[in-house]
Amino acid sequence: MRPKELCFLVAFHTTTEALALEEAARSADVPGRLIPIPTQITAGCGLAWRMPIGEKEKMKSLLTKCDLKYENIYELMI
Amino acid sequence: MDDPARVVFTANSTQSLNIAISGLFGKGDHVITTAMEHNSVLRPLYRKEAEGMELTIIPCDEKGTVRYDLLEQAVKPNTKGIVCTHGSNLTGNLVDIKRIGTFSREKGILFVVDASQTAGVFPIHMEEMGIDVLCFTGHKSLLGPQGTGGMCLRKGLEIPSFCVGGSGVQSYSKTHPAQMPTHLEAGTLNGHGIAGLSAALDWINKTGLTAIRETEQKRMRQFYEGVRKIPQVTVYGDFSTWERAPIVSLNIGDNPSEDVCDELAVGYGIATRGGAHCAPLMHEQLGTVEQGAVRFSFCYFITEEEVEKAILAVKEIAEAWT
Repeated sequence: MRPKELCFLVAFHTTTEALALEEAARSADVPGRLIPIPTQITAGCGLAWRMPIGEKEKMKSLLTKCDLKYENIYELMI
Repeated sequence: MDDPARVVFTANSTQSLNIAISGLFGKGDHVITTAMEHNSVLRPLYRKEAEGMELTIIPCDEKGTVRYDLLEQAVKPNTKGIVCTHGSNLTGNLVDIKRIGTFSREKGILFVVDASQTAGVFPIHMEEMGIDVLCFTGHKSLLGPQGTGGMCLRKGLEIPSFCVGGSGVQSYSKTHPAQMPTHLEAGTLNGHGIAGLSAALDWINKTGLTAIRETEQKRMRQFYEGVRKIPQVTVYGDFSTWERAPIVSLNIGDNPSEDVCDELAVGYGIATRGGAHCAPLMHEQLGTVEQGAVRFSFCYFITEEEVEKAILAVKEIAEAWT
């Protein structure tokens, strides 16, 4: 099994929201990437943004600054 | 539009107009449209009419311009919206959508615009023009691949799902997601086509809408001035203004338009469209139901020399086929 680590995650209502966040994060140099949404969050399909837990404040301020839409944020061992 | 979530991708304008018309209007509602419309507007409206929706079609004058003076009297207590094109695909005449949008706002009714003939050439500002739904196709002046199109919805307007199913999210929900644009985008989209459309939009933005429009209108004007004095030629539409979509539709004498179209292709290598143009009421108003019309379309890449060749071709055919 792949070793797990504590991550900061953002889940979305739609793929459009996920792509908007990806673009905003890249242009603001906020680390992370889109991943298949972990089953701990939902058994459904879709994408989530995964990033190191230590960088979470950067994402929180980006979410506010860019008024990004998302479903929820999580801190999970994945 | 400043919110990408209000932009929905579809296969073309027809699909967008079906989503808008079928979702917004129903039995007991009254809707106004114009005689300039393409079948992509008319047929969804006729279908609704058969289901109990009331429909009023505003006629055009002899030049094919919509009779704005008849708009006010067309409104009824149950009028729910106006659906119309921004420009005729047969004559190139524009509709003053800001005027109709302002009128719609004053009356508190919806305004759905078919921008198939104008998106990519003319600036369209939904808020300033009072547009609630703007439907577009990717394959005309937006220069994208066929099978791409979409619709822009003003903030706050909701349209019921036309189609439900695959969404890529919320798999275990029995209902399709309510969030835009997924709400109106069931099933896998034409991703590679949309990538092509995106590249085309980059080119349009780089080149500039004004430069594109001015070049196209210049070519249209050159062609119009060249053919209008040929005795056998009848040109359709309102050329009292150059603020029009860059097309010129004509006939040569009584010759069937498809024969002229074919001769232009075979004899001169010029691609036009002949026959009927999916705008039956416009043909009725122009008296071209039987003959159809030959449509010349002028894009940014057509040169002055090519326009001269086209004028000469029309002259030669007119002289030979009299």
